[in-house]
Amino acid sequence: MLSAWLLALIQALLYVALAPLLVGWVRKVKARLQNRRGPRVLQPYADLRKLLRKETRVAYTASPLFLVAPYIVFVATWLAAATVPLVVMDLPVARIADIIVLVGLLGLARFFLALAGMDIGTAFGGMGASREMMVSGLAEPAMLMAVFTLAMSAHSTSLAGVIYQHWADGLVLRPSYLFALGALMLVALAECGRIPVDNHATHLELTMIHEAMLLEYSGRHLALMEWAAQIKLMLYGVLIVNVFLPWGMATDFTPVALALGLVTVIAKLAVLGGALAIAETVLAKMRLFRVPAFLNLALLLGLLGLLSHVILEVGV
Amino acid sequence: MSLTLMPLLQQFMLLLAALVLFLSFVLLAQARLVAAIHIFAWQGALIAAVTFTVAVTGDAPHLYFSALLTLALKAMLIPWMLHRLVRQLGLERHTEVLIRPGLVVMAAVVLVIFSYWVVVPMVEQSLAFTRNIIAVSLAVVLIGLLMMVFRQQAVAQVLGFMSMENGLFLAAISATAGMPLVVELGVAFDVLVAMVLFGVFFFQIRESIDSLDVDRLNRLTETLEQDSGEQP
Repeated sequence: MLSAWLLALIQALLYVALAPLLVGWVRKVKARLQNRRGPRVLQPYADLRKLLRKETRVAYTASPLFLVAPYIVFVATWLAAATVPLVVMDLPVARIADIIVLVGLLGLARFFLALAGMDIGTAFGGMGASREMMVSGLAEPAMLMAVFTLAMSAHSTSLAGVIYQHWADGLVLRPSYLFALGALMLVALAECGRIPVDNHATHLELTMIHEAMLLEYSGRHLALMEWAAQIKLMLYGVLIVNVFLPWGMATDFTPVALALGLVTVIAKLAVLGGALAIAETVLAKMRLFRVPAFLNLALLLGLLGLLSHVILEVGV
Repeated sequence: MSLTLMPLLQQFMLLLAALVLFLSFVLLAQARLVAAIHIFAWQGALIAAVTFTVAVTGDAPHLYFSALLTLALKAMLIPWMLHRLVRQLGLERHTEVLIRPGLVVMAAVVLVIFSYWVVVPMVEQSLAFTRNIIAVSLAVVLIGLLMMVFRQQAVAQVLGFMSMENGLFLAAISATAGMPLVVELGVAFDVLVAMVLFGVFFFQIRESIDSLDVDRLNRLTETLEQDSGEQP
């Protein structure tokens, strides 16, 4: 039992340690696709280190909320990530928090991010916060629909239960999983601020969403916010690969199984990151007012997943 | 019968049927005519794939021919004819203004639930796995109908009609392992003739009202008065 908790702790630390690597990998692949050499894969670590050592300046209009928000956002995102099985299928954290808690923790992080964006009172912060809330308000129902589809197939809202059920069933072609996968991918693109919705690499005032809320942050506060965003990307990536392709995950705590699980999850994330980079290269960023249509598609996919589960998959 | 107990081929067929339903939704919300025709062609190809899978699983050799016929007709010939018509009418870059697309898609979701509710007693009668697909095919028919009601563009209405036919065909395939070949040939020929007639009608409509927006047929006024009517 103690070793299980220890593993859960190590897994949570792995999220923090590996998240910048994933972002660096996506940037590298994207740069290669654009015929650039690009920064090295470990560059995000160097960026975080630089930001952590720099002096932290705070605007004189800032309230205490502005100071605590980075810590809350980081910890909430980290806690959410800790509930997603990374290497081992069944960990004690799964019994504490299920998928709905996961969505709630991400919602908490987003709430404080938006509050911090509005706190200083600059125009950009407020604009970014209002856009973020528009996007997330539309993305959350779609995410919940996808989550309910998974939960209905597994008869459990526990993430470990969902993954275990899918793994134990073996290869089953579920129409509902296909739709849920589509919905979850669209939601992940919107929530992590990837290209059709938001562009991380730009500071163009008219289009930015996530960056606009962070404009007033500096030093370690900025580092924490960036790190939280990276963890969030990794969380969604792990959610997608481990729920829909659970093969290779460790089911027991032997060292061989753990090593194999770690290697497979890193390989799966590398493939998914490459696919994300290709998608970001191929797609153009859409107008802000097209985003509701994009998220409507995600909601529709989630609903169709739910309906096709009921219509096609449940034996009468 | 629960999904996990089925052979892989039958699961694959259910997957294809679900994709047909999804394409119906995409067709409903697609404002560009050429893209909608492509989606319709993909739906036809999926129907052909379902037919082929039924032929393999159900050991019904005449369905191979039917699958081939569907592929040739619904995925190639009719989309090609529609494409040519659209080119002749100069509508390749036409984008329709959809009225309340979100609401219409939600109405389509309600139609899916309704068709499931209608079909449930029928499914309980028998245990054949293909019966599950009847609800999907009924939903495809109803969504095609909704598309004909909601679109104003004549070509889009024809696409709705054709996708209704797709739904009927899917129902026939999944409920009875296919119709007799004579009936199937007759239906295919009917659809083809309908397509030719639609083509003629497109030109007629455009000649009389200078547009393919069918809503304009509601007006009983002459063109001259219509112009003055739009002034105030």
